[in-house]
Amino acid sequence: MAEIKPRISVEYAENATIVSFVDENILEEMDIRALQETIMSVIDQTERINLILDFGNVRFLSSAVLGLLIRISKRVYEQDGQLKLCSINPKIYEVFKITRLTKTFDIYNDLESATRD
Amino acid sequence: MAVGSTLSASEDVCRGIMSRLEDCGFSREDLFAVHLALQEAFINAVRHGNKMDLNRQVKIEYSIDSDKIEITVADEGDGFDPQAVPDPRCGENLYKPGGRGLLLMCSYMDVVEHNQQGNSVCMVRHRERPPLTEDLRRKQA
Repeated sequence: MAEIKPRISVEYAENATIVSFVDENILEEMDIRALQETIMSVIDQTERINLILDFGNVRFLSSAVLGLLIRISKRVYEQDGQLKLCSINPKIYEVFKITRLTKTFDIYNDLESATRD
Repeated sequence: MAVGSTLSASEDVCRGIMSRLEDCGFSREDLFAVHLALQEAFINAVRHGNKMDLNRQVKIEYSIDSDKIEITVADEGDGFDPQAVPDPRCGENLYKPGGRGLLLMCSYMDVVEHNQQGNSVCMVRHRERPPLTEDLRRKQA
C-alpha cells in the first residue's frame, strides 16, 4: 500500500483501486488542489479504473470537495471506468443528500460492499 | 473582526466560534451545521466577493445566546443577487463542480439573509434542542 502523505492512501486490490482519505477535515483549497492532482494521476495510471473512494476517516468537508468529486467522476467516466464512494459518515451523507449528489454517485455503506459489487 | 482574503484565514475564527458553541452546550449537529455554513459563507466572500484580492478584507461578526447563534459575513466586493444563483440540484447543474455553497448555507441555517447590495450575509441557527426553562422542567417532572 502506497501512502501519499498526509492526504490519501492508495491500495491496489485485485479488481479495484481504493483511495482512502486520511484526514478528518478536508477544507483547505490547497489540500483540495493537491488531492485532485494526486487522484487524477492515479486515474490516469490505470486503464478503465474501478475507483473506490473511502470516506471512513472523514468527519468534515466543504462544498469544494463535492466539486472535486464531480471532476474526478468526469475523468473516470471519460475513461470508461467506474467510481464508487463508501463509508460516508451520516452527517456528511446528509450533505450529499441535500445537494442530490446521492443520485449521481454510487454510494456504498462500507468498503467490503463496494469492493464486492 | 476582520480577516484577510485568503481561504485559510477563517480557520482561527472558526475554531473560536466552535469552541464558544461547545462551551455553551450546543449539540454536535449544531456545531457541524454552523461550521459548514460559516466555511461556505467565508469561501464565497473571499472568492466571489473579494475576488481573492489580498487588499480586501472579510468581516465576521457573531453573537451567541442561550438558544441561537447569529453570524454576519461581509466582504468588500460589489455584491450579488442570491435569487439569480442557479439551483445546483437541477438538470445539468448537478454535474457542475461549483454552486453548492449557498444551498448548504440555506439548508443548515434557519435564517440566511443578504443585504440589499449582496455583499453581506446574516445567518441564524437556533439550538437543536433548546435548554428546558425552570417552568417547563417542573411541568415535565
